[in-house]
Amino acid sequence: MAMADSFVKSQGSQSVPLEYTHEEDALRIFGFWIFLATDLLLFASLFATYSVLYRHVGHGPGPLQIFDITGFSAETFILLTSSFTCGLATYSMHRGQKAAMMAWMIVTILLGVSFISLELSEFASDIARGATLQTSAFLSAFFTLVGTHGAHVSFGIVWMTLILIQLAIHGLTPTTARKAFIVSLYWHFLDVVWIFIFTIVYLLGVMS
Amino acid sequence: MLYNVENFASHFFVLGDPLIYGADVSIVLVSLAIVFVLTYYKKWGWLWREWLTTVDHKKIGIMYMIAALLMLFRGGVDAILMRTQLIMPNMPFLKAQHYNEIFTTHGTIMILFMAMPFIFAMMNIAVPLQIGARDVAFPYLNAISFWLFFFAAMLLNLSFVIGGSPDAGWTSYAPLAGLTFDKGPGENYYLLALQITGIGSMATGINFFVTIMKMRAPGMTLMRMPLFTWSILAACIIIIFAFPPLTAALTLLLMDRLAGAHFFTIFDGGNPMMYVNMFWMWGHPEVYIVVLPAFGVFSEVVATFSKKRTFGYASMVASLIAIAVISFFTWVHHFFTMGAGPGVNSFFAVATMIIAIPTGVKVFNWLFTMYQGRIRTKLPMLWAIAFIPNFAIGGASGVMLAVAPADYQFHNSYFLVAHFHQVLIGGVVFGMLAGMYYWWPKMFGFMLNERLGRIAFWFFNIGFYVCFLPQYWLGWMGMTRRIYTYLPGMGWTFWNIISTFGAYLMGVGFVFIVLQILYSIRYGERDLTGDPWDGRTLEWSLPSPVPHYNFARIPEVTGRDAWWTMKEAKQKGEMQPELEPLKPIHMPNDSGRPFILSVLFFIFGFGMVFTWYPMAAVAFIGILLSLILRSFEYDTDHTLSVDEIRRTEAAYGRV
Repeated sequence: MAMADSFVKSQGSQSVPLEYTHEEDALRIFGFWIFLATDLLLFASLFATYSVLYRHVGHGPGPLQIFDITGFSAETFILLTSSFTCGLATYSMHRGQKAAMMAWMIVTILLGVSFISLELSEFASDIARGATLQTSAFLSAFFTLVGTHGAHVSFGIVWMTLILIQLAIHGLTPTTARKAFIVSLYWHFLDVVWIFIFTIVYLLGVMS
Repeated sequence: MLYNVENFASHFFVLGDPLIYGADVSIVLVSLAIVFVLTYYKKWGWLWREWLTTVDHKKIGIMYMIAALLMLFRGGVDAILMRTQLIMPNMPFLKAQHYNEIFTTHGTIMILFMAMPFIFAMMNIAVPLQIGARDVAFPYLNAISFWLFFFAAMLLNLSFVIGGSPDAGWTSYAPLAGLTFDKGPGENYYLLALQITGIGSMATGINFFVTIMKMRAPGMTLMRMPLFTWSILAACIIIIFAFPPLTAALTLLLMDRLAGAHFFTIFDGGNPMMYVNMFWMWGHPEVYIVVLPAFGVFSEVVATFSKKRTFGYASMVASLIAIAVISFFTWVHHFFTMGAGPGVNSFFAVATMIIAIPTGVKVFNWLFTMYQGRIRTKLPMLWAIAFIPNFAIGGASGVMLAVAPADYQFHNSYFLVAHFHQVLIGGVVFGMLAGMYYWWPKMFGFMLNERLGRIAFWFFNIGFYVCFLPQYWLGWMGMTRRIYTYLPGMGWTFWNIISTFGAYLMGVGFVFIVLQILYSIRYGERDLTGDPWDGRTLEWSLPSPVPHYNFARIPEVTGRDAWWTMKEAKQKGEMQPELEPLKPIHMPNDSGRPFILSVLFFIFGFGMVFTWYPMAAVAFIGILLSLILRSFEYDTDHTLSVDEIRRTEAAYGRV
């Protein structure tokens, strides 16, 4: 692309990972890191809102009444495992093993899908018990924060599937490697956010 | 059936006000005129190929600028209407509701749809050229940013004739802007338009941050960058940190309004103060997002038209960064009266006063740059010089407002209105006009008429003081902002007449700017040198207008004021470095998708405004589809051959 000449390559080509071989790919990865910073700040704003509002239960149930310890522990375990399998996919990519990489990505997607199903069933049982977005400020903040994360994971599932198809079509090239690397960054990021949700929302919720 | 249609139409279209009917008629006429001209001159294809699908940062910059000027007109008309309503006590010109809508759209448009695109215009036009790059890091994303802004602006402006405009002030505080007190679709327009343009702004912040950090020409270290580029880097850092809280605040308020959530409601545990905090966590840094680039323009203009290096370059950079950091610790000064307590208020009062120090450093540096310089008072310099006393007064009244106990008196009065107009017009608008005059020849290849520009300058500048200085007095006399009329016995009449007269003078100034542009398109002097001001930075080393690949050869930078250094070396007859042979250039392909994607966002937003969810859902699926199509697109750029570059360069007389 346009920047090809102005961006000085300093490393020897052997030591550079596949996704960094072209300058425009390196730029995109850098840009994506900055995007993740903004997304993290978006979550930070939602966390701040939740922290202000989580005692404002109004006439509705509080955290203790609706949080299901087995449910959110399972969600946490599944999502953390998916981050690990996603890391294994990147590891296989760097060793040039396309089949293993795609297999680990499929495992990651399946874990993501089971995470989302668990979360949806959790939400559904909350709603069945009359704990909805409209009930109280606490529940508005809870559904919005956790739901935003869930929407991100769902988006990530679709995205990773698309990258998987492109890997099948084009094989492992600098471009597909860059795309796979970026979606893996996104996936790990969602894991980091979940750790905060697990601590601030669920653990503090059942301890209070 | 007929009744239903009538009932729908009377709510859908804004009826019963002759001003609105006038707006309806003018919108229809202007649209017809545009369609007619494009068809008559067979320009549809040209419009699509050259502009709507372009990913060239220079053309995107020009489109940003045209849009910003149009929005300046729209916001300016709002201002004239408001000042006309306030000229006399008990004026029967505007009704209360109409007045509320006008001050809301005036503020929203001027900040988000005039100031923001104007700074984006200047950074798109100048930054890649100043750092010796061929484009921004993500040209396709850059086009998306522009079109999202454009269609968000259309969405907000549409509210005037369809459904009714937002009327809860440009800050849109909950619970006033919540569903309990504001049922109409106006606030939805506000929330969705800001959200859509906010996505674009955030993308621009990331795009230019990466561009400046990673794409500078060899030899251009950070401390050799032109100060305008530095100011954009600082503004981008603020954008990256400040916009997420706004996104969150807007989303949550929208959830309150559309989904019945309780974030900012009075009942069921909501906390409206949370909205105010989140809004200003963005809102205060936002004023620095728009003013730092203006500072950057002044730094370029003052150095160029004084024929001197900028005095205190390092302290200029340090103060930019200091302002960027401190701007995140002042937001509470917008609501000292909310009662956060003396400890909190003191912290934010002191932080607010501290920010005056780096700003003062910059003012002194500009003055010292002019000192003993060979000053030429061309148009850009004229606006830069006029900015300094203006900003000094506005800054001083800002420090007065920062004193928390005194703020209990000034708060929400015309004193505040006078203050922020003085810094935003005196700082941002003067700065962007200076930038427009400065880079105009670079954008279009011709000069703007000096004489008409001077007339515009004097009308606008004198009009400014006549309009806003009386408002300090009015504030002291107890006139609060956002009132649509007042009684004769208040003692406010005289100063209001003066102030309105000043607003008219500014309007005349704007008309002269438009005349100047129209006149110069026909009669303007061509800029054949590419360096009409005897500039100091790399953009002036290129021909005007700049070829689409910018630099045939990427320059080697050896010091600050790179182009000035090169010119000096040439004059001294020093050995010129051997020209490298031309190489093929990779360029991104044009694409119509950013435009289509943004149209889909517009439809999505419109559907959400009226809670027509099927319409919003269809548009949303369209948005996802266009993202997927992009993901599967592998043929995204092309190569310019050496022959092609040589031909283009020869056409400019540069071989």
